[in-house]
Amino acid sequence: MIRKTRVLVAATAVLALGLTAACGGGDDDSTTNTSAAKPEFNAAMTKVYNPSDKKGGTIRLANSGDWDTLDPGETYYGYSWNFLRLYGRSLLTYKVEPGAAGNELTPDLAEGLGVPSDAGKTWTYKIRSGIKYEDGTVIKSADVKYAVLRSIDKETFPNGPAYFEQFLNLPAGYKGPYKSKGVNTDSAITTPDDTTIVFHLKVPFGGFDYLAALSQTVPVPEAKDTGANYKQHVVSSGPYMFDQNNLGKDFSLKRNPNWDAATDPIRKALPDRYEVSLNVNADDIDNRLLSGDLDIDVVGTGVQPAALGRVVGDPALKAESDNPVLARLWYTSINGTVAPLDNINCRKAIEYAADRTGYQTAYGGPLAGGDIATTLMPPLIPGYQKFDLYPAGADNTGDTAKAKEALTACGHPDGFETNIAYRAERPKEKATAESLQQSLARVGIKLTLKPYPQGDYFSAYAGNPPFVKANKIGLNTNGWGADWNDGFGFLSQIVDSRVIRETGGSSNTSVRDPDVDKMLDAAIAETDTAKREAMWGPIDKKVMEDAYILPGVYAKSLLIRPKKLTNVFISQAYNMYDYAALGVA
Amino acid sequence: MITYIIRRLFAAIVLLFIVSAATFAIFYLVPRLVGATPETLATRYVGRAATPETVGLIAHKLGFYDPIWVQYGRWVKAIFVGADYNIGTSVEHCPAPCFGYSFITHQPVWPDLLNRIPVTLSLAVGAAVLWVFFGVSTGVLSALRRGSLLDRTAMSFSLAGVSLPIFFTGMVGLLVFSYKLQWTAPGGTYTPFTENPGKWFYALLLPWCVLAVQFSAQYARLTRAGMLETLGEDYIRTARAKGLRERDVNVRHGLRAALTPLLTIFGLDFGLLIGGAVLTEAVFSLPGLGKYAYDAITNNDLPKVLGVTMMAAFFVVVANLIVDLLYAVVDPRVRLG
Repeated sequence: MIRKTRVLVAATAVLALGLTAACGGGDDDSTTNTSAAKPEFNAAMTKVYNPSDKKGGTIRLANSGDWDTLDPGETYYGYSWNFLRLYGRSLLTYKVEPGAAGNELTPDLAEGLGVPSDAGKTWTYKIRSGIKYEDGTVIKSADVKYAVLRSIDKETFPNGPAYFEQFLNLPAGYKGPYKSKGVNTDSAITTPDDTTIVFHLKVPFGGFDYLAALSQTVPVPEAKDTGANYKQHVVSSGPYMFDQNNLGKDFSLKRNPNWDAATDPIRKALPDRYEVSLNVNADDIDNRLLSGDLDIDVVGTGVQPAALGRVVGDPALKAESDNPVLARLWYTSINGTVAPLDNINCRKAIEYAADRTGYQTAYGGPLAGGDIATTLMPPLIPGYQKFDLYPAGADNTGDTAKAKEALTACGHPDGFETNIAYRAERPKEKATAESLQQSLARVGIKLTLKPYPQGDYFSAYAGNPPFVKANKIGLNTNGWGADWNDGFGFLSQIVDSRVIRETGGSSNTSVRDPDVDKMLDAAIAETDTAKREAMWGPIDKKVMEDAYILPGVYAKSLLIRPKKLTNVFISQAYNMYDYAALGVA
Repeated sequence: MITYIIRRLFAAIVLLFIVSAATFAIFYLVPRLVGATPETLATRYVGRAATPETVGLIAHKLGFYDPIWVQYGRWVKAIFVGADYNIGTSVEHCPAPCFGYSFITHQPVWPDLLNRIPVTLSLAVGAAVLWVFFGVSTGVLSALRRGSLLDRTAMSFSLAGVSLPIFFTGMVGLLVFSYKLQWTAPGGTYTPFTENPGKWFYALLLPWCVLAVQFSAQYARLTRAGMLETLGEDYIRTARAKGLRERDVNVRHGLRAALTPLLTIFGLDFGLLIGGAVLTEAVFSLPGLGKYAYDAITNNDLPKVLGVTMMAAFFVVVANLIVDLLYAVVDPRVRLG
């Protein structure tokens, strides 16, 4: 008996010793706020929070999942594009400045913005000379051409954006430089000399500069390209290069000795290192942000519900958060292929009767859900025009009187029945469907909820026209975030009827208006930026007049501001903290 | 003894084949029941901008157009002779054993598995040592002091330990011990033993304790019950009457007889834990097999799922084999075979 107790005591002592020994290396002052600025709610929204030029330090970031890919030719997430500016320079990029300037393009690898010719079918960029990769090799225009062409190989890189194959005048059947070796691609891209690159398009596209800002124009040295394995070591053209890279676990960046600050007016490159952990528990990330053990939740889409309650309820914590609006709309598609929604007045009845406040509450309220939307384009998009075709009453709960009028006009004065589809794994969409079920029931429109798996939602269910017709899916919850903040980036995939395929798969499930298609084509071709921006608003209005979409909320996210970093501000291009600006206090 | 082991290993291999075939069948046949085609399957592995051409390309690349038995045969063959994989700029050879390439990351699965086993093993072995030690000793003490305050307190704690789910105790543990008190490491800070033993220990301390709290409860109760039963036997009275030390009576005669059920449970628990301490690894962000399995399943990444399933099945089988062998050691009445 005594022996056993002694053993127990000894074991505990060993454990305690081990603890204190390991504890010795722990961080001591992680809870003190070492920044000089005073924390305030939304302090980093429109101005620089805690400005400083101090160099040095390590920034610690974490991702609740895996990075989609570090390969600039294939990555397709806003946070990845934001972060990529640290190890890659695309032809153009977004200004590293707070406020509206953050949404403006500025030359990065290029010397200036693109020069259109041939009515917008040809775009020329001059590349800065003397910029080097991490190994000292000089970057040439041929490297940018190679980078763009390799991203077209969708068998090797299936996940990336497909804009270049959509617009470039590539030879027929071109499959990328691996499979179509030696094929002459001068019809699409020419490089008259080492510092000039010219893009030749199939149709005029006024917004080509936005494509030049995509990560797919980050130069890739052909000699060091390893295809699907390139992401194991991406050759850096930016101020930082990869130090360690354990795919699926973590990676770190260190300074690129061959980056020349004189060639880079955009980046200050203050920190010495970046350390990113992957697949970290999401709630744990929030706890670590709040305690100061972590600087940034790199995905940048906001805190989890558990932390949200804590932050919103505690004024001290709320002062250390920012609430940016995203270029994302949560909405419900109204399908005109399902009777009686083929009659515009029945669709309008839904627009009037929907409880907008209920929609907002379903998504998390005004702070974490978003602002009530009355248009398709969020206010962030240049060309946004404010209008409200279906006023929902003073309290935004819907106008049942007008709804009933519309129902009478469409021949169903007592309402009708239809189904609403939503993605089963998304509780907010379920809550939205339930809210609509309740609010539309007030005027006699009976909705039956139909959940479907989100993986195949667009290819097999709500986005598959034969399925929709056969199963009478009159409404389906939907959402869209622009690939970049302009009308084309926002509208083209959700209001162009020509993206709808009988085999399914498009995000546009309901908008079929040939007039809208014509307006889109005209806007896409317009090379004058100011004129083009003025053309998106009328398209938005026309779709709303057709009542094919019921807008819900302009999404917002709640971000916890880093306690130990400098130059913290929200980038209006990425709607999260600008990763290219940060320094360590 | 040797023939017994060989027979068991042979049965294990057959079992692994059955498990892998079942996984394959579930992955490919179940979607077919709801009308999936190779293209709809492939849409999970392409980006949101994918055209029908891209979907077709990927369906072809991942082999969805081939009959299931051809795909299965290809996978089995790769395990024995390796396979070639086109990474774009060249063709990479994946040496045997090749468990295929991830549908999502296009990286080979086997190196991932090898990388993650040490993490799960560290977690499982450390926790096992703790829970067996504390569980059995608590159980023995409780049995010997039946009805005392110690017994009642110990059993109440063990009831709490077994009832509270790991994602609760884990998250609360992190909040209290890591973030408020700063005694233990925050989540996601695992360092391999070979890199820094001190940091390795520090990172795993809280997960070990949390897991041990969960499991030792079961073992305490089992040990207590087993011991109470054996201590009531006649031969215990005889041993005491013969004048043996109290400690010999309790441990050599009492506890040893109660060990058999404990061994069975331990074999199962340990095997399962190696195969996937999913919740613990998820809560503490440990890059082990469990988290790998969870991510693979949520992403419908078949090669990864197959790899982890094979690994888990293998460990369960080995753990059970060792347990069966240990029976012969613990209980001389048992004859193997």
